This record gives sequence, structure tokens and C-alpha cells, in this order.
Amino acid sequence: MPVITYREALHQALVEEMRRDERVFVMGEDVGLFEGAYKVTAGLMREFGNKRVKDTPISEQAIIGSGVGAAMLGLRPVVEIMTLNFIMVAMDQIVNSAPKAHYMSGGQVKVPLVVRTPEGAGHQLGAEHSHCLDAWFAHLPGLKVVAPSMPADAKGLLKTAIRDDNPVLFLENLALYTTRGEVPEGEHLVPFGKADVKRQGEDLTIIGLSRMTLMALEAAKRLEEQGISAEVVDIRSLRPLDVDTIINSVKKTNRAIVVEEGWRSFGFGAEVAARIYEEAFDYLDAPVVRIASAEVPMPYSKPLEQAALPSVDRVVEAAKKLAA
Amino acid sequence: METRAKTTREIKAALRRYSKDELLRLHNEMLLIRRFEEKAAEMYVRAKIGGYLHLNIGEEAVVAGAFSALEPADYVFSYYREHGHALARGADPKRVMAELLGKATGLCRGRGGSMHLFDTEHRLYGGWGIVGQSLPQAVGAGIYIDYTGGKEVCLCIFGEGATDIGAFGESLNLASLWNLPVIFLCVNNQYAMGTRFDQASAQEAIWRKSVAFDMYGERVDGMDVLAVRQAMEGAIRRARVERKPSLLEAVAYRYVGHSMADPGLYRTSQEVDAWKQRDPITNFRQILKEAGMIDDRQIKAAEEEVAGIVAGAVEFAESSPYPSPEDLPLDIYAP
Repeated sequence: MPVITYREALHQALVEEMRRDERVFVMGEDVGLFEGAYKVTAGLMREFGNKRVKDTPISEQAIIGSGVGAAMLGLRPVVEIMTLNFIMVAMDQIVNSAPKAHYMSGGQVKVPLVVRTPEGAGHQLGAEHSHCLDAWFAHLPGLKVVAPSMPADAKGLLKTAIRDDNPVLFLENLALYTTRGEVPEGEHLVPFGKADVKRQGEDLTIIGLSRMTLMALEAAKRLEEQGISAEVVDIRSLRPLDVDTIINSVKKTNRAIVVEEGWRSFGFGAEVAARIYEEAFDYLDAPVVRIASAEVPMPYSKPLEQAALPSVDRVVEAAKKLAA
Repeated sequence: METRAKTTREIKAALRRYSKDELLRLHNEMLLIRRFEEKAAEMYVRAKIGGYLHLNIGEEAVVAGAFSALEPADYVFSYYREHGHALARGADPKRVMAELLGKATGLCRGRGGSMHLFDTEHRLYGGWGIVGQSLPQAVGAGIYIDYTGGKEVCLCIFGEGATDIGAFGESLNLASLWNLPVIFLCVNNQYAMGTRFDQASAQEAIWRKSVAFDMYGERVDGMDVLAVRQAMEGAIRRARVERKPSLLEAVAYRYVGHSMADPGLYRTSQEVDAWKQRDPITNFRQILKEAGMIDDRQIKAAEEEVAGIVAGAVEFAESSPYPSPEDLPLDIYAP
């Protein structure tokens, strides 16, 4: 199987789906001539022309909102918001329009829209450009939210997202674009609502998503050297959430750590921990541990930024304490 | 704000452009909206309708004039003051009233309510509750038409308050930049809740906001159904044939409060009465009478017909079942 980057996997998914279905088009800031701020859409304008690859002005409300409108009438827009940090100015369209149209219309309209955007910190981009707000969006019924950690999932989930008849927020991660992995050629679909056990283990479960899954895997490797066997569950899809895979793992290991890049309060870890308490309380040998970013606006200075973010060291330390 | 009233000669010229049947249809359409809305207000006071209720009373000429110029294949994106829009688009009054009452037989099976009427059979795509929310969506409809090479146009209708939000500029810019067949029709009913438009907008001539986007703009008397119709015909031609958007400003007046909860303390009764003197239905009736196209007997017949439609809508809505609580999770996601 070919080894390619996360970026190339996303690119492959876009190209394949655009070739497969003429209703699929790409729209966003600098996605065409500039080839995308992170080069995911490189070469698309050459192959598909400017009707199917639309460079927009800096108008996030119009980008997502017109995506909703075009999707309601039958196209399948894949819009790019340059980073998640810019989606806040278009919250009305992502919160009110996209996820509610199908329900409010009594099922009359569908919104097959994909909003692709990278989130994540670690590049000294400061407080406004380092957000990880997956939990905000996963809160919304009517929206689907996925966040792949590896190239194969990136390709498979994006293809599934484009074929889904519902609005999908597709969360990429800045730090993952250059990561590499085996990716099946051609047709490769990853279903929504299916978590993936990325590593089998016996002593405890580490639950992550997106970049945090890679951190969890790295921690698991180190823990193995110290005689602790960690299972790693990659959520992949926040909404719909695959609770069964989480619960089954916890029933086996009796201990759980949730690693999230966002802030802890009211976050992804809180939701996962609550589900574990609700459905596997009697199986737990210890309280669920949450590892998250420090609750500060992300600072610019490198050592401060690193101190704010979850790290492999922090996961390893927490796991050792939990397994003791 | 004044828009110049037509001279007798201009009125005659306007009438000559339409068949008698068409003119009577416009009259009846306005009448249906007025009586339907009066009944909706009554049903609200009787606590049959919940939530917010925004009425089209005083705006009938804008609705009938604009919507009558559309083809069935054209698209409409509207906002929360849209009962009349649904009716003018051809939605069944029974199902509109049933939706207002939250019944299973409503247009949206009770999921939407007064502010969220959808009727895709008649190409009405909401019914959106946040000011200016549907403007970017209408641009998306324009993208769809452009993408598929269709001949439809998209009517995006909104209040003057929506021209102050950010998405207004983004949407007009994109529609003009990409030559999309979208007609932005601003119903300037002069008040955004209690704030008069000239207290909110530095540019009091709303239509001139088109200039910033190199778009055609026009102000029209929104109390004159034929003036609206004619302006709309121009905008439709521009969209369908020239593939260019327009911004139309129809100056009208909301006789009633912003919603049913509004006592109207921000304006005088003299002002309201002055605008009622320019009532779109009464004045149009007078014009038709003077032209010998309608008489008192026909007016009475039209009133009776409309009263029957409205009574039928109420009867249907009241006798319809509520949705079952078991249906609560249906339609969150498309299969």
C-alpha cells in the first residue's frame, strides 16, 4: 500500500470525488490559483477549472451560507475555511442554517455540504489562531463532525463526508498535514460513527481524536517499555459518537484517560467521561483522567505554548499513576 | 419617507400593461394575505399560535407585486415575516395555517412554525429566523443556477434591517462579482423592531447600497402593487437574460407591531394613520374601480371568497392532529 501524507490523502479524496460526481465543487479563500493555504487543493483548478474550483473573497458567511444554499438545491459543495479560527465569523450559517434546514423544513430539504477546516495549536500562532473547538460544533444536532488522525482515515472520512446527505464539519489539524501513513488507492470509505482501536492493550484505555491520537500512540509505545499495556481508541467521529467501542474497551481495561487538544471545561473529555460513567461505572477501577490544554488563551512564546498543550510526557505520567 | 405617487396618466399606462384577469389576481392575492394575517393575529391572541408572530399587513403590495412576476421554477429565500410569501408562492393556505398552529399537517409538519415556512414544491426555501441569514443562501442558489446553466432566477427577500449586517455586503459582493441571477428585494417597512431605518443606516436610500457592489439598484413605491411588479419584471429580465443581480428597495409600512408583542411606542398613531391612507389594497381597488374593472359586487364576492379560504384554513388547522412526540427525533439527519 502506498505511503503518502495526510495532505495528499485529503487531496486524493477530493480529486476522486470530483471525478466521480459532477455536482461536487470546491470553494474557499485561495483554494484555486494559490492552491490552498495548506495546499490540499493544489492542482484542482488546473484539472477542473474555475467553475468547480472557486476562489472567494474573504467572506466566511457568504462561503458557508452559499454552500448551504447550493447544497439545498442539489449541488455537493466542499467549502474550505482557511482555519477553524475564521469560522467564528460565520457561526450563524454553521449553527443556524446548515444543521437545522432538514429538521425545520420537516425533511423537505437536505444540506449535503462539507466544511473542511484545520484546527490545532503548536505553531506559535498566538491566541487567535490556535483554537481547537471541536466540542462547540459536536454539540449541535443536525451537524456531523469528524476529525481524522491518520492519512487513511483522512481519505476515507472525506470521501464519506462528500457522499453524505447531511452537513459535515471536517476537522483537519495543522500539525498533521505532513504526517505519513499507508493509504489504500482508489475507493476507500471510512464510515461515520465508528471509532477505531488503533492499538490493543490490557491495562488502560487512552481515548483521543485527531492529533491527540498520535500522542496517545506515542505514549503507549513508551508505556510498553515500562510494562504497561495501553489500548488506544481513536474517536475519528465526534458526532455521531461511537460510544460502544469506548465502553467495550473500558470494560476490558477498567481504566481510562481522555486526551483532548481543546480546553477541559465542558469539552470532549467531559462528554466521553460522562458516557463512561453512565454506561461502565461498575467496571471502573479509578476515575476517568482528562488531559487537556491549559485554560488560557494560547500564548505566543514557545515554552509557554508547549506548557499549555497536552504532551506525550503528560499522558505517560498520568497513565503510570492510573495503572499503579 | 415619500415615494412620488403616480399621475393619472401613469396609472392608466401601468394598467394597460396587464390583462384584467391579472389585475384582479393581484387584488385578490393582496386581499388573501391581509385577511390571512388578520386571522393569524386573532389566532395568536386566542393562544392557538405560540412563539413569535410577524405579519405582512401593510406589505401586501410588495409581496403580490414581486411574487406574481416569478415563474414556478424560480427560487425564493425568505425570512421570518413570510406567511404572505408562502401564500403568494402558491402554498396551500390550509397547510400554512396548520404550520402556525404546530400541527402535523403543516407545511413543515410542525417543525418550523411561523418563522420557518418551507415549501420546496413551490420552491420556497425558508423561512429563516436570523436577520439576513438567507442572503448568503440565495447567493448559493445563484451558484446552483449558474453551475447547472439553468434559466431560473432566485428572489431573496428581506427587511431593511438586514442591510446593516455583515452578510449583506458579503452576499451582494459575491452575487455581483460572479454575475449570479439573484434579485435582492428589500422590504423597507421603515422599522427594525423599534429602530427607524434612518437611525440605523447612514445611507438612508437603501437601494444605493447597490452602488458599492457595482450592482443595479432601484427604489420603488412598495404601497403600489403595479410599481413593484414592474420593477420586479426589470430585475427578473436582468437576472434571467443578462445574468446580473439587482437590489430593489420597496418602501412600505408595517401597520402592526414588529411581532405580536410590540405595542408600537416608538411611533405616533398619526404616522401610522398617514400610511394607512396609502393602503395598497384600498388604493388599488379605487384604481380598478375608476378603470371600470371592478365594482362593489365583485369586491364583495372577492372578500367572501377570501374569507372562505381563510375559514377553511383555520378549520383544517384546528381539526388536524398535533405531531406525535414519538416523531421528535425524525428528520434530524437525512438518511
